[in-house]
Amino acid sequence: MRKLFRFSQVGLVVLLVVFTMGSADTAVRYNDLGHKMMCVCGCGQILIECNHLGCPDSDRELAELRTALSQGKGDTEILEAFQSKYGPTVLAAPMLTKFNLAAWFVPPVVLLLGIVGTIALVRKWKLRTVPMPAASQVHGFDRIRDQIRKETEI
Amino acid sequence: MPAFGSFALLLALALSGYNLFAGAIALRQLATGARGHVSPERLAETARRAGIGSFFAVTCAAFALVWAAFTNDFSVSYILHHSNRALPGPYKFAALWSGQEGSLLLWAWLLAAYGFVLRIRHKVDVKLTAYASTILAGIQIFFLLLVNFAAPPFALVAGTVPQDGFGLNPLLQYPEMVIHPPMLYLGYVGFSVPFAFALGALMMRYPGEKWIHITRRWTMVTWLFLTCGIFLGAHWAYSVLGWGGYWGWDPVENASLMPWLTGTAFLHSVMMQEKRGMMKSWNMWLIFSTFALSILGTLLTRSGLVSSVHAFAESPIGTWFWAFLVIVLAVCLFTFILQRDHLKSEHKLESLVSRESSFLFNNLVLLAACFTVLWGTLFPVISEYVQGNKVTVGAPFYNRVAIPIGLFLLLLTGIGPILAWRSTSFKSIRKNFILPVVSFLVTAVVLIACGVRPWQGQGALYSLMAWSLGAMVVTAVGSEFLRGAGVISRHTGQNLFASIVQLTRRNTRRYGGYIVHFGVVVIFIGLAGSAFNQSQEQELSFKQSMRMGPYRLECQSYSQDTNANYDTEFALLDVYRGDKKITQLAPEKRFYQASQTTSTIVANHSTLAWDLYVVYAGKDPDSGQPIIKVFLNPLVAWIWIGVIIVILGTFVALTPNMTAAFAASRSRVPVGEAPAMAMSKGGD
Repeated sequence: MRKLFRFSQVGLVVLLVVFTMGSADTAVRYNDLGHKMMCVCGCGQILIECNHLGCPDSDRELAELRTALSQGKGDTEILEAFQSKYGPTVLAAPMLTKFNLAAWFVPPVVLLLGIVGTIALVRKWKLRTVPMPAASQVHGFDRIRDQIRKETEI
Repeated sequence: MPAFGSFALLLALALSGYNLFAGAIALRQLATGARGHVSPERLAETARRAGIGSFFAVTCAAFALVWAAFTNDFSVSYILHHSNRALPGPYKFAALWSGQEGSLLLWAWLLAAYGFVLRIRHKVDVKLTAYASTILAGIQIFFLLLVNFAAPPFALVAGTVPQDGFGLNPLLQYPEMVIHPPMLYLGYVGFSVPFAFALGALMMRYPGEKWIHITRRWTMVTWLFLTCGIFLGAHWAYSVLGWGGYWGWDPVENASLMPWLTGTAFLHSVMMQEKRGMMKSWNMWLIFSTFALSILGTLLTRSGLVSSVHAFAESPIGTWFWAFLVIVLAVCLFTFILQRDHLKSEHKLESLVSRESSFLFNNLVLLAACFTVLWGTLFPVISEYVQGNKVTVGAPFYNRVAIPIGLFLLLLTGIGPILAWRSTSFKSIRKNFILPVVSFLVTAVVLIACGVRPWQGQGALYSLMAWSLGAMVVTAVGSEFLRGAGVISRHTGQNLFASIVQLTRRNTRRYGGYIVHFGVVVIFIGLAGSAFNQSQEQELSFKQSMRMGPYRLECQSYSQDTNANYDTEFALLDVYRGDKKITQLAPEKRFYQASQTTSTIVANHSTLAWDLYVVYAGKDPDSGQPIIKVFLNPLVAWIWIGVIIVILGTFVALTPNMTAAFAASRSRVPVGEAPAMAMSKGGD
């Protein structure tokens, strides 16, 4: 049991490392941040994917993003600057602040509660189940049982 | 013709009204034993005929609208705004569902068509069908009220009638748009039928699970239509929108996904009710929710409640839909509370490690996925209400929250089929799970060795997981086929392929389901490729070339053309792989005169490994040179192949089983031997 606990701890650490690691390369950051913002022209597209002919906003936004990256600003700082300039809808997903936390945490919490609830429910049902009689020692019992299962499809 | 259409819609409303009230009175009389001037049987029969009549009336209205489009009758406001003289024939037909009024008429017509089939086949179970028919009439009335009073498709233009119409939205002028919306609507509307049967069965305290047997095909066919509709939409977005992707988590896309998720959960959990008499209340609420989500989907698409790239989503009819949704949920809740004692389970779960619990977890994860999509779709509205400002909930949110749930679901797809009903022993787990787990690990190691580095980003991690889990599911499903086929092969001497065919024909539902699971894996394999998309944009003058992956694109010419419907600018690009020219692509940009809007026509060279996806992004205003945007999208073809496998699997599951006697006469296998082995793990 202790071994299992230790293994799960190691697993958790590995997962955290995997999730938090990322390349700091500017081109990758440009692409990454470009996917975290929306084009503000009203097309409803991700900034870096906006393909409107003569879009009045996407080129300007992308230029601002390049400038911010060249100034050595951090990801959060850039996102906050865009948010304060264009409003919260410029971010493709809400930041982890105040009420917006609910957007991120409610679905996993609901899933987790569902899993816990299901396990609890199954355990409750299992406890209520009438104990099954011991398997018969009658010759050919297994064959008969398989036949019954086949015919009743259970 | 507009007057004829309007009259047909009013007539349909009157007939549906009669269907509902006469049907309700007849069923009430049958339930209480009370007698009126007319016997309840005869009254119910008139109600049924009125329902059939309403189908013909709505058909006439739909025909009148299509006729108006084909004859360029611009006195009809709807035709004026969604068609023009130069519009090709198929798109004039598509005008029927390109706007709000027309698409609501399509809803009403498809519902009437489903109702027509149901009422024709009423002898399967006369009383239950009478209940279902009456409930369907209630739904039909709502949509007929909408098209008669809230969004009439035959409203006339005030004043002088223009000589030409404003044309169809250019994004809709693509062949798939003639198929995609009706498919999606067939899916949405189709869930009304199992809903009506479920509610009817609950109202009349229908004994046993026969209503599920009766509605099984309806549900599967509906689910298939919705699946096709969703993926046709994805393919349309990929081919037309020109951003290199197929799914943008737009609220309108989400609206179609939600009933699909609950419908999938329903298709799985009804098996528990059929086989073990369990989860009766759960199934009832699953089908109620699926129907409610279909209505909510139409509401989201049509009301403008949430911001969407779909331009047709602005209108005041949301109030009607909210009212209908509240009425539907109230009726469901009231009936459920009244009859809940009828839904007691006959069995309880006996083990956490069993087929039943895998269905339970499968349902849980599907519902969690549905809730996540709903939450993400409605969160901007909630945020505006709570914080006073809207936020955007787009792809980054879903990629982080919904994809892990999807991967968990993929895992269950592999685990579920190899668990036994009631309880799975440790020995059985060891025997059945070793190979899939080994397959998972080997695939993960091979992929890492091939350069998929999960520590280099979320996309790579998800892809690695999707492919490794995919290998696990394929191994699990494949070993199920091989084990059963092996027994048949040993006894008959048939080759393995023939044995697999025979095994599948003996239990089409079980093995059809496995084929569907296999298709889902193939889709996941394709989806996981998106983590490795590449793109670049370049100005490309005559004879200049650009590289993308193993390809070189050389500009041969760029030109303009014009026809009655649109002006077009395009580039002709020769595609080389090494020194060999493999194809020529012609991406273009169209300018539609009637609507004064532009549209992209993507050129795509698709292989099993990747798609070379080329977009004509326009001309540089200074140099006058064409700007070409090229994407290299890995594995996209597998998504469409996976969908075809899902369709095939569903068809197999819909096919009746080969009878045991027929199978025995063909194979000389002792009847039931192969299935008997399978039965030790359950029949599905």
